[in-house]
Amino acid sequence: MATHTEQLTRPAVRLRGLTRSFDDRTVLDAIDLDLPAGQFTALLGHSGSGKSTLLRAVAGLDHEVAGSGRLTAPETVSVVFQDSRLLPWRRVLANVLLGIEGNEAAHRARAALAEVGLAGREEAWPSELSGGEAQRAALARSLVREPELLLADEPFGALDALTRIRMHVLLRELWERHRPSVLLVTHDVDEAIVLADRVLVLDQGRIGLDLTIDRPHPRSYRDPLLGEYRERLLTALGVTEDHK
Amino acid sequence: MTTGAPPAVGGAADIDAPDLNAPDIAAVEETPQVRRRRRLSPGKRLPASRLVGPVLVLALWAVASAAGRLDPAAVPAPWTVLETGVRLWTDGTLTTDILTSLRRAGSGFAIGLTAGVALALAAGLSRAGEALIDGTVQLNRAIPTLGLIPLFILWLGIGETFKIAIIAIVVYIPVYLNTHAALAGIDSRFVELAEVQGLSGFQFVRQIVVPGALPGFFVGLRLGVTGSWLGLVVLEQINATNGLGYLMFQAQNYGQSDVILVGLVVYGVFGLVSDSAVRLVERRVLSWRRTLSS
Ligand SMILES: Nc1ncnc2c1ncn2[C@@H]1O[C@H](COP(=O)(O)OP(=O)(O)OP(=O)(O)O)[C@@H](O)[C@H]1O
Ligand SMILES: [Mg+2]
Repeated sequence: MATHTEQLTRPAVRLRGLTRSFDDRTVLDAIDLDLPAGQFTALLGHSGSGKSTLLRAVAGLDHEVAGSGRLTAPETVSVVFQDSRLLPWRRVLANVLLGIEGNEAAHRARAALAEVGLAGREEAWPSELSGGEAQRAALARSLVREPELLLADEPFGALDALTRIRMHVLLRELWERHRPSVLLVTHDVDEAIVLADRVLVLDQGRIGLDLTIDRPHPRSYRDPLLGEYRERLLTALGVTEDHK
Repeated sequence: MTTGAPPAVGGAADIDAPDLNAPDIAAVEETPQVRRRRRLSPGKRLPASRLVGPVLVLALWAVASAAGRLDPAAVPAPWTVLETGVRLWTDGTLTTDILTSLRRAGSGFAIGLTAGVALALAAGLSRAGEALIDGTVQLNRAIPTLGLIPLFILWLGIGETFKIAIIAIVVYIPVYLNTHAALAGIDSRFVELAEVQGLSGFQFVRQIVVPGALPGFFVGLRLGVTGSWLGLVVLEQINATNGLGYLMFQAQNYGQSDVILVGLVVYGVFGLVSDSAVRLVERRVLSWRRTLSS
């Protein structure tokens, strides 16, 4: 993605010496990280390595965590959670509108729902949606605010494999169109490789590997040239040959 | 029909599903290679099933009365009760007593409901409110409210005020307890969502806390409705000079079991109508909920 280099010079997120700990256990250990504006970054790591902790810190959600360091993040940040987190007592459109106001808000919300393929389901209750549809509604809710930074914590973790692939395509398309900076937390190496232009591996509280994936989109899981990246990421995650 | 897949769930298909399955069960018995799971839910409701029991009891009562198997002084015939009811209604005594009773129960209920909701909001939405209110209410709850009657008569005299006060207390406790529990139990994931979406404190309360607490509130409301009738009956039968309970109390002195039965029927209608009304409102307001009973 060399064409975007000029655009990537202004960092959207800047972390300097970010440290976070729970009762003497240091989960994030003096992390330095820049996320350029408009970059699609994936964050990999073992379970318990602190991915969610990092994401919550950037989202400004950790009120009770002891920590230090400097953190700069954009004004408008959206978060997509692992569960769709739709309010069960609001219809889909009202859920997308949560927290935004104004005359053309409803119009924008309808457009966002159409973008994720949910046109016509505006008046459905969340309980009437399938898991994938609910997650798409959650995506619409985060997009309608036109965020500069989109944070996603294993947004597809609860979906089946086929739905997940569809969601990958959708997320990438949405990113192409709106160009927010994306930080996608996942433990799925293939998901990271197919979607992101840069993959970080969090290990022992630090960024253990920072890998730029220089392959054109759309990428296929079957692309043999991606195998090399997969190999390096698995090694960084400590998965050796006899584990596979 | 040949697949063992469970019936599709969701949408309007839900309502018809048990009906469509009924012939399937017979088919399965003929072709044992297609196994179907044993159904654990009781299946489709019989039409007008709620009425079957009461109608049967009424029929038995009428038959036994007609056959002279019941002592008319103890259990008068259904038509005697009806006649007495019509007589009391036309000469105006019943209407006056009903209105008196309704006013008592209604005022007590309204005050109790308002107090319960207001206290629950104050305790649920601020730490200071919780410290002040919650412990106090829990203490109040430990004292059976009807046990307060002698004290309240001393304080407020034996008029209407004390009756309304007792009913209000009976009502506010379940309303407070259930509403407060629901407010305090709001899902922390929704709190996080509200922060992410940048809701203001007021928006958070109005759009997330209050709707999330409504199911709990309705549980309290129904308990409160039941409580208000219970309080009414007790109060009117011991310390009243008018009202439905007083009518029944006097009938007891004169041995008029038919009048007592008329009173009981009216109490029953009160309870039934108010409970149905609450249910109706609940179904409207909580239409987003899909539970086993719907
Ligand atoms: N609220 C908390 N209190 C105490 N410890 C916590 C808390 N939240 C997280 N931790 C600890 O911090 C560490 C990192 O947790 P985190 O949720 O960031 O991991 P993760 O990388 O997101 O894991 P996963 O892939 O399983 O979601 C874990 O060891 C966890 O036990
Ligand atoms: Mg996590």
